[in-house]
Amino acid sequence: MTFDLSSLTVTGIREGLAAREFSAVELAESAYARIDALDADVHAFNSLSRDLASEAARAVDALVAAGGELPPLAGVPVAFKDNMNLRGTTTTCSSRILEGYRSVYDCTAVRRMLDAGALPVGKCNMDEFAFGSSTENSAFGPTHNPWDLDRVPGGSSGGSAAAIAAGEVVLSLGSDTGGSIRQPGALTGTVAMKPTYGRVSRYGCVAFASSLDQIGPFSKTVEECAQTMNVICGKDPMDATSLERPAEDFTAGLRGGVKGLRVGIVRDLLDLEGCDPRVRRSVLDAADTLAGLGAEVGDVDLPSTQYGLPAYYIIGPAEASSNLARFDGIRYGHRAKDADDVLDLYLRSRAEGFGPESIRRIMIGTYALSAGYYDAYYGQAQKVRTLIIRDFERAFADFDVLLTPTSPTTAFKIGEKAADPVSMYLSDVYTIPVNLAGIPAVSVPCGSVDGLPVGLQIMGSHFAESTILRAAYAVEQACGFDPVPPLVKALAGGRGTTAS
Amino acid sequence: MAISEQQVRHVAMLARLGLTDEQVASLGTELNDILAQVDKISALDLTGVEPTAHAVPVTNVTRPDVVRPGLSRDDALLNAPEQQDGAFLIPKFGA
Repeated sequence: MTFDLSSLTVTGIREGLAAREFSAVELAESAYARIDALDADVHAFNSLSRDLASEAARAVDALVAAGGELPPLAGVPVAFKDNMNLRGTTTTCSSRILEGYRSVYDCTAVRRMLDAGALPVGKCNMDEFAFGSSTENSAFGPTHNPWDLDRVPGGSSGGSAAAIAAGEVVLSLGSDTGGSIRQPGALTGTVAMKPTYGRVSRYGCVAFASSLDQIGPFSKTVEECAQTMNVICGKDPMDATSLERPAEDFTAGLRGGVKGLRVGIVRDLLDLEGCDPRVRRSVLDAADTLAGLGAEVGDVDLPSTQYGLPAYYIIGPAEASSNLARFDGIRYGHRAKDADDVLDLYLRSRAEGFGPESIRRIMIGTYALSAGYYDAYYGQAQKVRTLIIRDFERAFADFDVLLTPTSPTTAFKIGEKAADPVSMYLSDVYTIPVNLAGIPAVSVPCGSVDGLPVGLQIMGSHFAESTILRAAYAVEQACGFDPVPPLVKALAGGRGTTAS
Repeated sequence: MAISEQQVRHVAMLARLGLTDEQVASLGTELNDILAQVDKISALDLTGVEPTAHAVPVTNVTRPDVVRPGLSRDDALLNAPEQQDGAFLIPKFGA
């Protein structure tokens, strides 16, 4: 039996397994065959976990053989951002300071995926400690965009996004602090969701900014995004910020249509200087599509979001500088050689272990929190956060969902923005306000410009994931974006994508 | 608010980062570029606006105070750069 992993969905895998068209072991093998064929060029993965994947695959095949009920993600090859712990793997955050770090417990979201029958193929490259928007800040080299290998996949969850676009796995998880799931989703033509803050446990995901971080899925289709949400959401006693909510089936309302849905185009964000006019056009076309399907489309402004980027570049680094204080060379991680004393050990271990962007953010955060500057920076940024939340509350009184581009441009060239941190930060101008407000948002492909995908960001109020997924599904079905890049299509016609 | 070289060195010490002179120089420039963006919000009059620390209001979440197994000693030491007799080994305090 031959099959092409990039054309298989979660549902297709489930049906294929039940019908004995292929086995879970073959699915795992096909994921590794694709990685062998492509990952030297794409570099989506930091490490592979072949033993864990085969063990999980054999368990699924045993279940199939016994005629048992298959769990929701049975046999689905998946990958995890390399900041999520899983026993039996290394968790490096793409940093020298954690190179070789062996996980001693499991991240809750990862555990839920595996308990649902998923096959853990490997851990994905990222910007070091999730600091970045291009995956160029990885200590282990950049990830390349499968749509154009000279371009970035976005970041910081660039490896998780590229692994989906390259058809190396069917689902992956990333983490999103200021856009780190949605922006790479947009740049790689994948469906990428940041859930409401507190929907998904953060336990076992190495912390960047604890009041902003949230884990979420990447997939090729909106339905698979909803299926993954069904698995990863829920209260976890190990994360006090995870929320108790009634169980919800995110797939139930997907096909409900958008008739009467109140859709707001965020006009002041759309009109920002720096937004590629073709990206803008693509978003407006998607809004027209929704109107054509019966949605009530109007305009709205979010005036305080213009301060989102500066507020984020205080709050994010401030929380990060505190979270990254734990990397001290004592209990784990890189330790400088021949230290004179403990202070020397700290100073040198950290300076040697952290890359340039991590050092930059630790410095900004430490400065913003230091005596005499706290009120002017951190205190002020927290007040701006309140203003942004009020803007969203006003907008959601009139609209069910809000639209912006996910990112102002399509995928940029590797190296293009690396020397200019401020220009790189602008890549997240549309995604950051969502984290500051703690609301959910999804990026769904809505077209392409010069062969590169464009992402539409659909935002909703707290816990409105089902509503934004319903809108995303309508856009996906209407615009007919083909999520398989030419590179992968060429391969699918040749070697490396078939099992047995 | 421009940040001076002396401040960069002070902040680096607070953050326990042993930077080279070259790093201190380049970080001075980079931090000033970033803080220039941030000064947009320092200038706002936000008197009377409550700060937000968390976007989703949850307070005092507790669980039953029940003793349960934590990390084993072997797991805790699994990644130790240096260890001796079941403990982390560190250099002496104070030079």
